[in-house]
Amino acid sequence: MSADLIQFFTTNWLGQAIVILAQCLAVTVPLLVSVAYMTYVDRKVWASIQLRRGPNVVGPFGLLQPFADGLKLVLKETIIPSSANAVLFVIAPMITFMTALVAWAVVPFDDGWVIADINVGILYLFAISSLGVYGIIIAGWASNSKYAFLGALRSAAQMVSYEVSIGFVLITVLLCVGSLNLSDVVIAQSGWFWNWLFLPLLPMFVIFFVSALAETNRTPFDLPMSEAELVAGFHTEYSAMTFGLFFLGEYANMILLSAMGAVLFLGGWMSPIPHAPFTYVPGVVWFALKIAFLLFVFSWTKGTLPRYRYDQLMRLGWKVFLPVSLGWVVLTAAVLQFGGWVPKS
Amino acid sequence: MASLDRTARAFLLTELVSGFALTLKYMFKPKVTVNYPHEKGPLGPRFRGEHALRRYPNGEERCIACKLCEAICPAQAITIEAEPRDDGSRRTTRYDIDMTKCIYCGFCQEACPVDAIVEGPNFEFSTETREELMYNKDKLLANGDRWESLIAANLHADAAYR
Repeated sequence: MSADLIQFFTTNWLGQAIVILAQCLAVTVPLLVSVAYMTYVDRKVWASIQLRRGPNVVGPFGLLQPFADGLKLVLKETIIPSSANAVLFVIAPMITFMTALVAWAVVPFDDGWVIADINVGILYLFAISSLGVYGIIIAGWASNSKYAFLGALRSAAQMVSYEVSIGFVLITVLLCVGSLNLSDVVIAQSGWFWNWLFLPLLPMFVIFFVSALAETNRTPFDLPMSEAELVAGFHTEYSAMTFGLFFLGEYANMILLSAMGAVLFLGGWMSPIPHAPFTYVPGVVWFALKIAFLLFVFSWTKGTLPRYRYDQLMRLGWKVFLPVSLGWVVLTAAVLQFGGWVPKS
Repeated sequence: MASLDRTARAFLLTELVSGFALTLKYMFKPKVTVNYPHEKGPLGPRFRGEHALRRYPNGEERCIACKLCEAICPAQAITIEAEPRDDGSRRTTRYDIDMTKCIYCGFCQEACPVDAIVEGPNFEFSTETREELMYNKDKLLANGDRWESLIAANLHADAAYR
C-alpha cells in the first residue's frame, strides 16, 4: 500500500501535482501569516521607539489586530476610477503580489527544503525581483491620476537604480561561493558564525541591506509614499483588496529580501555555533530567526530615519553605492585570485 | 585632514550608528501613553466639559432666567424662554443648549450670577445621533444632579482665584 502511495506521488502526474501544490501551500500560508504579523511587529516597534504602546486592544496584546485589518480590507468596496484602465488597474496589484510570492520557490529553508533546487537560484531571484517593478508602473499608469503616475515613476526609477548595486552585491557573494545555487551558498558558509559571509563582506552586507530598503520602498527611501507630495504614491487610487494586495506584496518583498540577506550573508539555516545544544534546533528555526532579525532592523530603520529627498536618493544609488560595490567586486575578485582562495567547482 | 575625517565618518556610518543606538535605547523606556479608557489623565478644577444646571441644597433650581448666558454665548448655542412661576418667582420654561454649536469657552459659567449653569468635569458624552446633542432643561438639570458633588468640589477649589 505504502509503496503504491510512493509510486503515485512520485510518478503519476496527478500525484506530483498534489505534492507541488502541498509544497506551495506549505510556503505561502506561513508566509502570509508572517506578513500579517510583520505589520503588527512593525507597528509595535515604531510605537515603542516613540514611547507609545501600539495596537493593544484587539485580542491579547493586540495580537488579532492584523486579522481585523485584513478583514476590513476584504469587506470594503473596491473602487475602480472611471478614467482608469480597469483591466490593467486590477492586474497590477496581482503582479506585485505574485512576483513577491513566486520568488520563494528557490529559497532554501533547510538542508534540501526547497521547492525548486535550481542551479541559477540567484539569477532567478534577481529576475523576479526586477519583475516587481512592472506591477508598480502598470498601477501608476492604469490609475490615470497624476499622483499615482509620478509615484510610480519614482518607484520604478528607484527600484531600477538600487537593483544595480544589489546585482554587484550578488556577484561578490557568488565569487566567494562559486555557485549560483542558493543551497550551495548556504553550505559554503557552514561552521562557526565567522564563516558566514557578512564578516568578510561587511560593506557589501550594508550596501545590500540599504538597497533592500530602497528596493522595498521602505524608510528612508519611501519617497513614492511621501504623503505631502504624492498622497500615497502609485497606490493612491487603490482601495480595499486591490490595495491589500499591494500591501501584502510590499511586506512579502521585505520578508523575501530579508530571507535573501539571511541566505547570502548570515548562513541561511546554519546554527551560529556548530555544537550540541545549538545543532538540535532545526535549521528552519535558525533561518526564521535570522529573517526575523533582519525584519526587525527594517522596522527599527523606519522608526529612526527621516525620508531622503529624491535627488539625494538617486545620488546615493548611482554615485556612492554603484562605484563602491563595483570597486568591492574588483577587490574581492583580486583578493580571491591572488590569495589563492578561488572556490573550486 | 578634516576632509579625511569626514569621509571616514561617512563610510563608517557613525551618525547612523549613534542614531540607531538612541532609538534602541528609547525602545526600552517606559511608555508614556495613558491607556485611555482604562486609565485617565488628571483634570484641573477649571476643566470645561459637559454643561450642567445646578440646584440649591433644598432642591430649588438656581437659574433665575436672567439670560446673561444666552446673551454672552459667542456661538449662540443657548436658547432660553422664561415666565413667572405660580409662586411669582421668575424661572425658565425652556433652557436649551445646542452642544454641536457650543465651543466650550466657559463664558456662560462666568456670566452666571447664581452659579447655575456650569461646565462640569465630564467630557465623555458622545452620542450616536446629532439630535441627542440638543440638550434641554431636563437633561441639563439631570447632569447637575449627577455631577453635583464633583462640580461643587471644583468650584470650591477654584473659588480663591476668581
